[in-house]
Amino acid sequence: MISPGEVIETNKMIGEENLDVRTITVGISLLDCADSSLQKTCEAIRAKILRYAGNLVKVGDEISREYGIPIVNKRVSVTPIALVGAACCKTPSDYVEIARTLDSVASELGVNFIGGYSAVVSKGMTASDRLLIESIPEALACTERICSSVNVGSTKTGINMDAVRLMGTIIKKTAEATKERDSLGCAKLVVLCNAPDDNPFMAGAFHGVTEPDAIINVGVSGPGVVMHALKAVRGKSFEVLCETIKRTAFKITRVGQLVAQEASRRLGIPFGIIDLSLAPTPAVGDSVADILKEIGVEQAGAPGTTACLALLNDQVKKGGVMASSYVGGLSGAFIPVSEDQGMIEAAECGALSLEKLEAMTCVCSVGLDMIAIPGDTPDSTIAGIIADEAAIGMVNQKTTAVRIIPVVGKSVGESVEFGGLLGHAPIMKVNPFGCEDFVKREGRIPAPIHSFKN
Amino acid sequence: MDRSIITVVGRNQVGIIAKISAELAKDNVNVLDITQTIRQGIFNMMMIVDTSESPLAFDEFVGRLTELAGQMGVRILCQKEEIFDKMHRI
Repeated sequence: MISPGEVIETNKMIGEENLDVRTITVGISLLDCADSSLQKTCEAIRAKILRYAGNLVKVGDEISREYGIPIVNKRVSVTPIALVGAACCKTPSDYVEIARTLDSVASELGVNFIGGYSAVVSKGMTASDRLLIESIPEALACTERICSSVNVGSTKTGINMDAVRLMGTIIKKTAEATKERDSLGCAKLVVLCNAPDDNPFMAGAFHGVTEPDAIINVGVSGPGVVMHALKAVRGKSFEVLCETIKRTAFKITRVGQLVAQEASRRLGIPFGIIDLSLAPTPAVGDSVADILKEIGVEQAGAPGTTACLALLNDQVKKGGVMASSYVGGLSGAFIPVSEDQGMIEAAECGALSLEKLEAMTCVCSVGLDMIAIPGDTPDSTIAGIIADEAAIGMVNQKTTAVRIIPVVGKSVGESVEFGGLLGHAPIMKVNPFGCEDFVKREGRIPAPIHSFKN
Repeated sequence: MDRSIITVVGRNQVGIIAKISAELAKDNVNVLDITQTIRQGIFNMMMIVDTSESPLAFDEFVGRLTELAGQMGVRILCQKEEIFDKMHRI
């Protein structure tokens, strides 16, 4: 029998420590929607998404009310659109038509984001991949709910430097195309290395070709819960610290597993994975940086931060793995700057630099995330930052990503407000030395030696 | 059996249990267990109930409890038991 103490503990996590299920994401394959006619493709996409996800928001809200657990986002991810539109899109504007279709379906469903306006070009680009990538600035400027991602490398294939160079330019163009809204388009565009096929989190979510026709992936959260648990063991040994994180991660993940199974049953769509991520929000008390501070660094970015984060990331996985039947996605601790009050503070007081963030991405779950930089940063420098991040991912066999916002018209010392879950951020300093001659070399960086495991 | 947990927290006053029990009886919801304490004037109660025989949809039932909570000036939560089971039992 459940005891009152256990009930109080769970409800305290939800009521006071911001425990929530961050997202239920329905992945839908659109491969069978491809047609040589653009109009027919768009009609098929619309019909298929509505068929699978028509009840998503209703079911999500029902589960939330019955168990008393907030489910913050209901989202959809689809097959990389570069593949779906390959037969019918002859120009970037054709791809933008598909983006508009996805945007209007998302709005009709009431989901806040739809991910998969994507291309997977780890080794090379097809003509249609290139058209999709070229269409990204316009697609993100004329839609509200589309998220876009481009996978430019993997441990198995190496890094496609032609795509890296192109993305440096595309990020700048996206910033320019959305300059009236503080270059917000770039907040919905991520460049990945080793992108997983089953990630439920935006902006990098897409429904990979290894997946079934439709699937439910759930992202859990709860940095506030971990921080509160750690307050109780302040000053204790690493053994106690790690046990506390594991135990808390287990409890958080069990809630995610329950929600995923219920959503799967009620929507009649198979359960895919739980993504065990600590995903912060700009709300006070929902911060990964605050956990690092609780572990013992004065500010995120101080010496010791990378070790704290490595420990946290690993314990979250160890605790969560046993709580769920299938684990996948990005899993770990996210360190977005603008979406985490503690990270914003650290960047504002000078504790956190772009270089330290890069070091932290070696051990966190993803990469350089939601970082605002000066709008006049050269294309080649952005490409260099992407290449560095992709190299970390490629060599360490982990997912890495860059979601960076060169805010048009702003420079170091100013700040930018994206609003809602995307938060606000100070403009961070970028190393002023160039890398143009490196970036302009053509071709790809070969896969590392340890990728040959056949 | 369709078990849910009702938690009630608020300033102690006459008739909290009576009013909630009356609502449960009206909705044909069976009470399986009650734990109740008063600490520093704050009333705390946890009830385990079975809603399987109730003619009301779960949402509707929760709506009525919420309405009652408003009238009494206390906080009432009603959640299906699985969330606690999943979190605290392996």
